[in-house]
Amino acid sequence: MTDQNAELETFGALKDKEPQKEPRSQWKDVWDQFSKHKGALIGGGFLLFITLFVLIGPLIWQVDPKALDIRNKDLRPVYTLLWDGEAKTLWSRPFGTDNLGRDIMATLIAGGQASLAVGWAAMVLSLLIGTTVGVTAGYFKRLDGILMRITDLFLSLPILPLLLVAVTLFRQPLRAAFGPEGGMFILIVGVIGITSWMPTARIVRGEILALKEREFVLAARSIGTTPFLIIRRHLLPNVISPIMVSATLGLATAIITESALSFLGVGFPSDFPTWGKLLSDAVPRMEEFPERVMLPGILISLTVLSVNYLGDGLRDALDPRIRGR
Amino acid sequence: MLTYTIRRLVLSIPTLLFISIVIFLLLQLAPGDPMAQVPLTVPPEVKQKMREALGLGAPIHVQYWKWLVQFFWVEPQVLIDHWFGTAFAEGKLRVISWQTRSPVMDIVIQRMPQTLWVVGMSYIVGILIALPIGIYSAYRQYSLFDQAGTFISMIGFSIPPFFSGVLVIVIFSVNLGWFPSIYDTTHVVNDWDSFVVQLKQMIMPVMVLALQTTAQISRFMRASMLDNLNQDYVRTARAKGLKESVVVMVHVLRNSMIPIITVIALGIPAIFGGAIITETLFKVNGIGQLLLTALFANDLPMVMTLTFIFAILIVVFNLIADVLYGVLDPRIRYD
Repeated sequence: MTDQNAELETFGALKDKEPQKEPRSQWKDVWDQFSKHKGALIGGGFLLFITLFVLIGPLIWQVDPKALDIRNKDLRPVYTLLWDGEAKTLWSRPFGTDNLGRDIMATLIAGGQASLAVGWAAMVLSLLIGTTVGVTAGYFKRLDGILMRITDLFLSLPILPLLLVAVTLFRQPLRAAFGPEGGMFILIVGVIGITSWMPTARIVRGEILALKEREFVLAARSIGTTPFLIIRRHLLPNVISPIMVSATLGLATAIITESALSFLGVGFPSDFPTWGKLLSDAVPRMEEFPERVMLPGILISLTVLSVNYLGDGLRDALDPRIRGR
Repeated sequence: MLTYTIRRLVLSIPTLLFISIVIFLLLQLAPGDPMAQVPLTVPPEVKQKMREALGLGAPIHVQYWKWLVQFFWVEPQVLIDHWFGTAFAEGKLRVISWQTRSPVMDIVIQRMPQTLWVVGMSYIVGILIALPIGIYSAYRQYSLFDQAGTFISMIGFSIPPFFSGVLVIVIFSVNLGWFPSIYDTTHVVNDWDSFVVQLKQMIMPVMVLALQTTAQISRFMRASMLDNLNQDYVRTARAKGLKESVVVMVHVLRNSMIPIITVIALGIPAIFGGAIITETLFKVNGIGQLLLTALFANDLPMVMTLTFIFAILIVVFNLIADVLYGVLDPRIRYD
């Protein structure tokens, strides 16, 4: 009897005092850490909002951004009524119209579609190139030297001048081949992607170099897994976090670069609005109509700011050393 | 260290040659025709002669070789002639701009001071603002000041110069009328009043560019200070009874400056590259603006020479940054 009691007590000490917690997945941990970062949450929310704004916006705000309405040109936004009762406004044109009577709300939505599409596409392209180069250089020792030399070479190219050169040079042939808008889209996405993959490649290569010496890769190789399968099954999932962080940085720089090209007048054709183009078109008359500069400028800056905060939060959330602090 | 420097210097020659080939081939694809501005009444055979006079008739490798000779052999001779009054380059063909029909290097040297003044000044101002911000935010991590500093540098990263420039023009020169929106490069500073005018016209472009530099360098400075503040030697210094100011400003700061100096060195080529957007916006006729106008005018020798000068600067300052890192930090050994 006494023996049994003693036995129970020893087991009792080993028993948990509270019920076991449910097992937690990695992504739940990541989300918990991410949601602690207020700026990242707001940034992510705003990015979602702006994406929905440009995607669903045209369905709700059914005004053609290219429709001219000369009678109602140069209208001010309705909020100018707050301080200037005599301003020319129209409630059906909440943000006013430009010098040809095009609705500014509609052009902002259309411009956002172009800017965000270029940003996402260029980011994806640069990630694809960067990850491929990084993984190949990190995994295959023979290719490491030459690929990293090429990366260094690209890093020492003067980027903005070369972007300008490339865009001015290839504009005509691509426009002839894919139409004025499609050709410009391919060209701008292409040049931004080709000139911005280097940081991703370097980071990915570093991670792969460290990972490939670990035991699980050795184990995979010892049971005869092919290099391609090792990369896909064992290495890529482990480098997903640095790739995601550099994706946010890439999206931010791609949006800014596209706007800068449009601003310098080498971007999309003149009747095709993007945020950078709207801004640069409005600069000559910004004294009379400051809102035409401010609205696209604020949209670009807020989008990039939110993407940057999102990246900041992701970096903290995806790093297991910081997580849980 | 010396062997490392020499090895890097030797390695940078093929790199530069390769970059020059890439730029040259890219420009060869240009669809623009330098004869486009010549009147239609000029007969085709005369046009052909003009083309050959510009060196366009020759095969690509001959054109490239001629450019190499002009850039690396004739131009340095011109410089030596200019300094010592010799006549090495007498009668030799220099790199000629198609726009102005004058030597490219002469125009570059004319434009350099404006760029150096505005962009260089903004870099110095940006660094001077960034360092104290970085130091203090790291010292009081997660304080109100640190949060504000993080927010401001996020804004500096996010607002592109073509928007911040337009913004300050609207606020300070249109609404308040404090500063001129156009940078007058012909302005001569000879007394106090003209100095004030110069200061006024420089403030806006300098601040727009400095915001970007500040955002970047203050982040690096903060991260680097944070790395060092938790080190053992800091605890030792405090335990010895050193004053807090000495611990932070001497022990920690000196060690944190090592990576920052290399970051600063890496940013210097961008000064000479000029800020294309800011220069266009404030009508500063510097290098960046020169490149933009040359591009639009199809002035290939100018574009080629300018982009190549930028590439040289980037390669050289990369090398300087690496060597400086090794010199400043005795833990780094390249050999």
